[in-house]
Order: sequence, then C-alpha cells, then structure tokens
Amino acid sequence: MIAESGLAALWFAAALALLQVALAGLALRLRNDDMTAAIRPVAMVQGLLCAGAMACLITVFAQSDMSVRLVFENSSAVKPMLYKIAGAWGNHEGSMLLWVTILGLAGAAVALFERQLEQRTLTATLGAQAVIALGFYAFLLFASNPFARLWPPAADGQGLNPLLQDPGLALHPPTLYVGYVGLSVAFSFAVGALVTRDVGPQFARAMRPWVLGAWIFLTLGITAGSYWAYYELGWGGWWFWDPVENASLMPWLAATALLHSVSVLATRDGLRAWTVMLAVVAFSMSMIGTFLVRSGVLTSVHAFAVDPERGTFILVLLALYIGGALALFGARIGTVRQGNTFDLVSREAGLVLNNLLLSVILGIVLIGTLYPLVAQGFGVQLSVGKPFFDKTAGPIALALMLVLAVGPLLRWRRDDAQAVLGRVTIPLGVAILAAVILVLLTPRAGAMPILGLAFAAGLAVASVAPLWRRNLKRTPWFIFGMVLAHLGVAVAVAGMASDSAFTQERLTALRFGETATVGPYDVTLKGVKPVVGENWSAIAGVLIVKRGTDRPFVMEPQQRFFSTPPTTTNESAIVTRWNGQLYTVLGQQNADGRWQVRLWWKPFVTLIWIGGAMIALGGLLALIGHMRRTMKMRRRAREYDEWAEAWL
Amino acid sequence: MKVRHILLWLPLVLFAVLMIVVATGVIRPNTHAVRSHMTGKPVPAFTLSPMVPGKPGLSTTDFIGHGPRLLNVFGSWCVPCAAEAGELQKLKALGVPVEGVAIRDKPQDVQAFLARYGDPYDRIGDDSRARVQLAMGSSGVPESFLIDGKGRIVLQHIGAIRADDIPGIIAAWKAAQ
Repeated sequence: MIAESGLAALWFAAALALLQVALAGLALRLRNDDMTAAIRPVAMVQGLLCAGAMACLITVFAQSDMSVRLVFENSSAVKPMLYKIAGAWGNHEGSMLLWVTILGLAGAAVALFERQLEQRTLTATLGAQAVIALGFYAFLLFASNPFARLWPPAADGQGLNPLLQDPGLALHPPTLYVGYVGLSVAFSFAVGALVTRDVGPQFARAMRPWVLGAWIFLTLGITAGSYWAYYELGWGGWWFWDPVENASLMPWLAATALLHSVSVLATRDGLRAWTVMLAVVAFSMSMIGTFLVRSGVLTSVHAFAVDPERGTFILVLLALYIGGALALFGARIGTVRQGNTFDLVSREAGLVLNNLLLSVILGIVLIGTLYPLVAQGFGVQLSVGKPFFDKTAGPIALALMLVLAVGPLLRWRRDDAQAVLGRVTIPLGVAILAAVILVLLTPRAGAMPILGLAFAAGLAVASVAPLWRRNLKRTPWFIFGMVLAHLGVAVAVAGMASDSAFTQERLTALRFGETATVGPYDVTLKGVKPVVGENWSAIAGVLIVKRGTDRPFVMEPQQRFFSTPPTTTNESAIVTRWNGQLYTVLGQQNADGRWQVRLWWKPFVTLIWIGGAMIALGGLLALIGHMRRTMKMRRRAREYDEWAEAWL
Repeated sequence: MKVRHILLWLPLVLFAVLMIVVATGVIRPNTHAVRSHMTGKPVPAFTLSPMVPGKPGLSTTDFIGHGPRLLNVFGSWCVPCAAEAGELQKLKALGVPVEGVAIRDKPQDVQAFLARYGDPYDRIGDDSRARVQLAMGSSGVPESFLIDGKGRIVLQHIGAIRADDIPGIIAAWKAAQ
C-alpha cells in the first residue's frame, strides 16, 4: 500500500509540473495575473508530493518490504538500520527519485521565498524549473519505477554493495545531489532572465544564494568523497582523477567561477553574458557528471549502478535542456544591454582572470575525462590518467592561487598598479621565504610540492589581508566568509603538497613478530585474528606501533568479507596525529606464510580535508552574510514605507 | 557587431560537437584489436631498467630467441589496465609469456598495483618518459604487442584486452611459434 501511495504521489507531482509549465507559458504570453499568482502554490504542492514519494520509498526500505523489487535487489533484512535507509538512494531508481525530490523542494523554496526578482522573470524561472523536473519525472515513471512490485515476494534481499556500507557514503550522494540541484535552480534563473531579457543585478542577487548553497554542498560532497576514497579503497591516495571524481569536480569548478562572476554582476552590474553562460555551463556539467556516472560509458574504480540505456536517457535530456538554453542564449543575449565596464587593474579584472583560469582547468578535466570516449569512438579503450591531469592542471592551479591571493586586495572598477604591488609585498615575501627554507631543508621534495607549499604560505597571509585595518565588528559576514574560504584553499593546498613531498611508504611482507619501519614509527605484526560484524566477517592484523620511547599502541587493519553479495574490502586502519596520519592496510597472505602489509606515514595529509571543510564553512558564512543583508534591506524598506505613510 | 552575434552561437556549436562525441561513445560497440602499421615491423631497440625490486628490467634482446611473447604497456594509474589485469593472468596461465612496460610510474605504485590485481609479468621495464611507448607506435595505455621469437611485431592490440579477445591472441601466439 505504501509503495502504491508513493507511485501515486509521483504521478500527481508530474501532473502538477506539467500544469506549472503550461501556466508559466500562458502567463507570460497573456500577461495574466491570476495565472501568475497560481504558479507559486503549484510549485509548492509539487515539492511536497515529491517529498511524500521519497518518504514512502524510505519507509519500504526501512521495513525491508521484500515485495518491492527495488528493496529486494538492493537491501537485506540483516543490514544495520542506517544502511537500510541509505539503501533507498544507494541504487539507480532511488537516487533518481531523490534527485527529483530535491528538485521539487528547491522549486517550492524558490516559490516560497523569492521576493526580489521581477514577477515575470520569476514566472519564467519556475516554468524552466518545471520543464527540467518533467524530464526526470518521465524518466522515473516510464523507465525506472522505484515502486515496482515483486511477485512472489522474496524471503531476503540481495544486499547493498559492501563498499557503500559506510556512514560517509550513506550521506555522500544526497550531498552532491543537493549541489547539482542547486545549480539547476541557477540554470532556471538564467533561462528565466534570458526569456524576459532581465539580466541585471537583481537577477544576480536572486541567483546568488542558490549558487552559494549549491557550491557549499558540492565542496562538502567532494571533500567527503575524497576522504572516503582515501580510507576505504586502501590505496593511500586521496584523488585518482577517476571519471566519477571528475564528474563531481567539473560542476564544482564551474560553480566556483559562477560564484565569483555573479558577485561582479550583483555589485557592479558587469559580466552579464558571461554569468548567464556560466550558469548554463555549471548545470550542464552536473548533468554530464550524472550521465558519466550512470551510463558506465567510462571505466571507473567507483563503477556502481551502471546502465547504458538509462545513460542514454539522461543524455537526451541533457541535449534538450542545454541545447535549448544555449540556443536561447545565442538568440537573446545579443539584445541584452551591455553591463558596466572596468579597468585592466581592478577587482573585476582579477575576477575575470580567476574565471578564465577556472574555465581552463574545467576544460582540461573535461577533455581528459572524455578523451577515452573519443578514443572509443575509434574503437579503442584508453585512459589518460593521473600523469596527464597532474602535469596540465597543476601549473594552472598555481597560477590561480596567485590570482586568488591578489584579487581580494584590488579595488572595484579601477586600481593603481603601484599601490597593488605595495599591498602584496608581505605575502610575496612570505612565499619567497618559505620557498628558500624548503629548498634548503628538503631539496629533494620536487619542484611542484615546494612551489605548492610556498604559494600556500603566501596565500595564507594574503587571504587574511582584507581584514587588515578593518573594524572587525562592522565587517560584513560575507567578507569573513571570503577570507575563511581563501584561507581554506591555502590549507588544502599545503596538505596536498605535503602529502606528495613527504609521504613515506612501505610495502612489505611480515611474519608474526617481525617489524617494519615507516617514518618515525616501528610497526610490528603481532598476529591476525578473526572478527565478526553484523553482516560481514574479517581477518584483522594486530599491529603494535611504537614511536621512539612513547607508549606503543595497537592498530587493526582488516580484510572484510561480505556474504551478500560476496565481496572482499580492505578496511584500512588510520591513526591521526597533529602532524599527520599513519595509514595501514592488511593485504593477502603469501605462500610462504608471511602477510602483506602496506604502511604509509603521511605528514599533514589531514590539512587537505580540513581545508575543504574551511572552504565550505566560508561559503556558509558568506551565504548567511548575504541573507542578513537582504533581510536588513527589506526591513529598512518597510520602515521607510511606514514612515512615509505616516508623514507624507 | 555581426561577428559578435555569430560568436554568441559558438557555445551551442561546441556543445553539439561534445554531444556527438558522447553519443558515439554510447552507440558504438566497445573495443576490438586493430591491425596497425606497426605489425610486421621489428621491435625498436631499447633497454629499460627494472621497475620494481626483484624483477628484471626489459630490453629488445629479451624478445629474440625466446619464442613469441606478449608485451603489455600499462600504468598503475590507468583504470582500464586494472580491468585487463585478470585477462593477462589468464593468458599467462594458458602459457603466453607476458612482459610489461610501465609508463610514467613509481615503483611503490606499481607494487601496490601488482599486489592488488595480480602479477602476470616476467619482467617489467621502467619507461618513465614513455619513450619506448612512443617508439612502439603506441598512443595510449593499455596496449599490447605480440612479438614473435625473432623480434618482429605480429599483432598490436590497442586498449584493454577483454575476455573475447583471448582466443584471437592465443591463435596468433600459436601461429607465431
């Protein structure tokens, strides 16, 4: 009964989306106020219905209702509750339902809260949002019904991919989806603004919180995903330039560029066409990302839930939406009045350079990711991999850090080059000093890591410089947000550089009682022991770890065996210290009875994810800051109205 | 003004090209071995130092007078290489000697790769600058060459070896005996 209710809610939601498109089209054509007024409630009810359908799906998963095909295929009655619930979106159908749910709720939120935008532009925006939603409803209802029944019901399910049985990964896809969907709202705003030719600061201010919100979630999602790959795959790496990882990185790069160009449009009314373009690109990157992950056209280490036919469906949607938006762009943007211009040395110019560099990196990642597809077009299966990305994107990322350090120190509209040089003296000095010290201390660390660390030091100083001589109490929150996010970039880059320069690695095979040394630690294999979990069993290596004369401690990396479906995973054991992480993995037993053990000492590697969290937190501060300012302006306007009514 | 208006349609054109590329990836069936201009030519002269401790490096002389062998160009960073590892093991089990050339790689990474996906290689040469790869006329990773006992390339397989490629490779290997 619950499953049928969910399906019904989904059909009703789809019908309302259709109504929303029709209303928007007619309201714009006929300039009918009643129709315009009806759109907001329709969007809200549609969002609620989606949430209802999702709640139904989560319920059948929580109850392990094996008469629902999806539950049977992706869950098991003996799983922990958290993973039963996460199982609802740990599969193709469920994740698509989650996608439309977030999309519907986002549309409802736009309808509920948006007050600044011109009425007609908002109508067009909600219409565009409903068009996007319709495509996904069609996909769900005709090609991947999550509520299909199984007859006769099965006794138990087939289980969830054990690699996914991890608290971080239960929350990872929803986080990324919120990011992707946030970008779809930005896309709808851009389409709405193109339809009514209303590309200006108002549009930018309406779009900004959505871009910021999406960007925060993407940042969190990528950071968490990277940490998951780091400890779960057991390879000691934190980024593999894998297609699935790139799929989340590309929308982030576009969103980062958009975030910066949208603030030029909001504050200075410049970069109109470019901002609209970026909003389209950002959403198309999230759809290309979803397509690459879902279609399985590229080989990936994270290849779950792959189905070429469904990939094709997403591809068709992608072609329609993005192709349509770009055609609208070509036809309309020429008729939008040009925005303000600016000097070559100015904050705007800095932000344009930032946008260009981000776009180049985006292009590199896109080409590198799709190159195997192009090659496949000629009947070949190839991969360009890490060496390509490191060599091409690395230097540009360094240049980007330079812009990132100088940009916030520039004034809007026009600045004096000499004065700017004066402002960057201290950060530049710090960077050079850091480089000299590093070259003297660790000459063999390699050029890129040393440059990375030196740039990070300079950037750290430069990023807090905007607070210099400011009254901190009166500084708006979004300035603090910017400072924190930029500082986070410096911290993350320092972590990456430190990891690639100073990591020590040992691959060895040990008998019981034998010791291997990595970094400052002596690791002794004491023995192995069996461990039993809720739905897995494991062999754990017992490692006694000692550092100098400190008290020894125990680490227990595991080889885990899952029965449904039968799979082995590596559970690395990681110990975090203030200055780095000791990372241990238990491998197989050799024929001579020795156990393979892999050990890494990774100095300051944690900075990578701390930096990522700082970037996201900075985004959150900026979001709150902008919202506070909007509310303050609204209150002032109201107070003025009251005053005017009383006195004029 | 005219040029600017045409430029505004450029994104759409680029997007269309991108869509065509992606669509061909979906529609076209996957890899097959290709006959290339390298078949029938002698292996270029090279000597590569060992990639991992305990396993010899690789040079041209290893392919002369020791019967036909498979030369596999791979990298620990390459995902299709991991996918193909199982098939190389099968070839090895069927009696085909397999030699490896690791491209732009680090010893630790290769060791971890071999520990994870299995080790079919008799020797692995360290081609850190992809010189041998280029000399062999190989354009990417992975690629495999069947070389007869006289140092001549008999077959070039571009891309990952898959289960249905194995009979063809075995047949070519037997024919080269």
